[in-house]
Amino acid sequence: MDDKKHAWQEQYDATHLRDVPFETMSGVPVDPVFGDAPLPGQYPFTRGLHAAGYRSRLWTMRMFAGFGTAEDTNARFKEILRNGGMGLSTAFDMPTLMGYDSDSPWALGEVGRAGVAVDTLRDMEDLYADIDLGKVSTSMTINGPAAALLAMYIAVGEQGGVAKSDLAGTIQNDILKEYQAQKEYIYPPRPSMRIVTDMIRYTSAEMPKWHPVSISGYHIREAGSTAAQELAFTLANGFAYVEAALAEGQDVDQFGRRLSFFFNAHSDFFEEIGKFRAARRIWARWMKERYGATDERAMMCRFHTQTAGVSLTAQQPENNIARVAIQALSAALGGTQSLHTDSFDEALALPTEKAARIALRTQQVVAHETGVTNVADPLGGAPYVEWMTDEMELQAEAVFAHLDELGNGSILEGVYAGIDNGYFVGEIADAAYRFAREINNDQRIIVGLNEFTDGNDEDETNLLRIDHSVEELQRKRLEAVKQERNSAAVEASLAAIRNAAEDPTVNLMPPIIDAVKTYATEEEISNAMRNVFGTYVEQAIV
Amino acid sequence: MAIESTNTEQPTIRVVLAKLGLDGHDRGIKVVARILRDAGMEVVYLGLRQTTASIVAAAEEEDADAIGLSMHNAGHLALAPSMLAALHDADLDIPLIIGGIIPEADIPILEGSGVAAILGPGAPAEEVVTAVRGAVAART
Repeated sequence: MDDKKHAWQEQYDATHLRDVPFETMSGVPVDPVFGDAPLPGQYPFTRGLHAAGYRSRLWTMRMFAGFGTAEDTNARFKEILRNGGMGLSTAFDMPTLMGYDSDSPWALGEVGRAGVAVDTLRDMEDLYADIDLGKVSTSMTINGPAAALLAMYIAVGEQGGVAKSDLAGTIQNDILKEYQAQKEYIYPPRPSMRIVTDMIRYTSAEMPKWHPVSISGYHIREAGSTAAQELAFTLANGFAYVEAALAEGQDVDQFGRRLSFFFNAHSDFFEEIGKFRAARRIWARWMKERYGATDERAMMCRFHTQTAGVSLTAQQPENNIARVAIQALSAALGGTQSLHTDSFDEALALPTEKAARIALRTQQVVAHETGVTNVADPLGGAPYVEWMTDEMELQAEAVFAHLDELGNGSILEGVYAGIDNGYFVGEIADAAYRFAREINNDQRIIVGLNEFTDGNDEDETNLLRIDHSVEELQRKRLEAVKQERNSAAVEASLAAIRNAAEDPTVNLMPPIIDAVKTYATEEEISNAMRNVFGTYVEQAIV
Repeated sequence: MAIESTNTEQPTIRVVLAKLGLDGHDRGIKVVARILRDAGMEVVYLGLRQTTASIVAAAEEEDADAIGLSMHNAGHLALAPSMLAALHDADLDIPLIIGGIIPEADIPILEGSGVAAILGPGAPAEEVVTAVRGAVAART
């Protein structure tokens, strides 16, 4: 047995395995891994982060939910946990995502629609009511106002007797892709980056179980990029965060362990698997070779995956269940750490409870019935899969070279430059248009959309409707909180945020935590920083 | 099917496209902008986070023949009527076309309130172009 194989065996033997038979449905025992070194759990981790793959632990089935008021979403969370969901993932409504309260004129028609409305700590208390934050891990999908929402989560934990050091979870907080794809930014890129690095520093020191950034390709892909662009832009953003944290003297081995990623699982099965495998390899190499990480945990690309919302069709929506199953399988074969499966009705509305349950059941079928979890990286070594992995890496490296040049040897500056000159949005829009044309010209078949359309006229499925009274109800709740709170304390806490914002050597997290505890609103906290940092307006390019 | 350029004898249709409110999903509207351009129309894309006032101002300034808004956040039942009211207040008789994620049940409501056409996700280029031409023709 060579050294690598021996090292793998030691790692595997030291792993606690799930108590299930690792054999085929017909009773044939299977090896935990096949092929040559480097094996799963070994640098550069192309074949996975863990020696035992999913034999030790399945991916976390993390279903994204949020709508209406905090109570509505709290009920859905409890339903998810009852059904075997293993973690929570919170979707916020547009006003919350953009740093506006429910009573802002910008909030008209948007309160509680695409996610849950959170204005103050009171909403956050209701959102996680009767859920033990010391036991679940929580993901919060928010970027521009991420610091305020993390502060609220810390405060809710404290109220329930859970210290911040025991809180486990992830906050998306990936501001760079907002300028490139999702467009939920508040401040210009550089001050936004300062907030991110403050949060990385704060959580690295105070919250060892927290992931302060989830570097996200999901939205880049949904906005229309190719798989290789998703991979390249996401990892480039990751390098940018690393360079920003290094520039202010943080330790790459410490913060590197807390960075995580979020990818899309689209429909081209092998391309997706190649993308996931390439992501791990590229990240490990760059962290080690370019950024000097020495701790292997700081070289590991841990990622969440969500099936491609954009691939779902409004026509014959039940067909989407098949799409989601195939995409979920690619994520499992690609070695994801956690997975959200989309609901079949999401091209029409937010999912109903039933549709969300089917989506969760879909990944349970993949995990428990297909046997793909018996072997780590079961496709590793297959010529097509290895070629695809190499191809994804090659395409991504070409993008990194371009950004490195654009930034004169700094990926961080290259990313800023690419945001300023429209490189990212232009590349994404071009790819989206090419894809739309291919469908339009019938060069690409989407079942139910441009072919196989019998059945498109069937009655619409039952959809989740958000009652229009939510908006009024939420405004009243906010008004009541504003009446009850101590406004002098609120004002003082907001002044402290402004002062901290003006001094780049001060970490913004402590004053923001103080402010949420006074029931200062998310918009008030955001405005305190808008006053200092200004706001970002995108140039409209088509 | 390729989208043919407009007959040059017809006046060029000018379309103002925008995202009204906070919704940042702009993939669809950018594709629509290119589809309309390829069909020979003049497209003015105002971008994200527009208000009814900014859209009215642009429509007046650009002498728009049609306005297209994209909505993906289920705010259409509030936002579309507010846009129509703003157009009415400004005395602008310009057709409003809505694209995005619009449940079937809401289509008659939007049409009843005066929206000229509604385009769902994945609407083919031909349908997009026909909807805009039809909406413009109906007003002239």
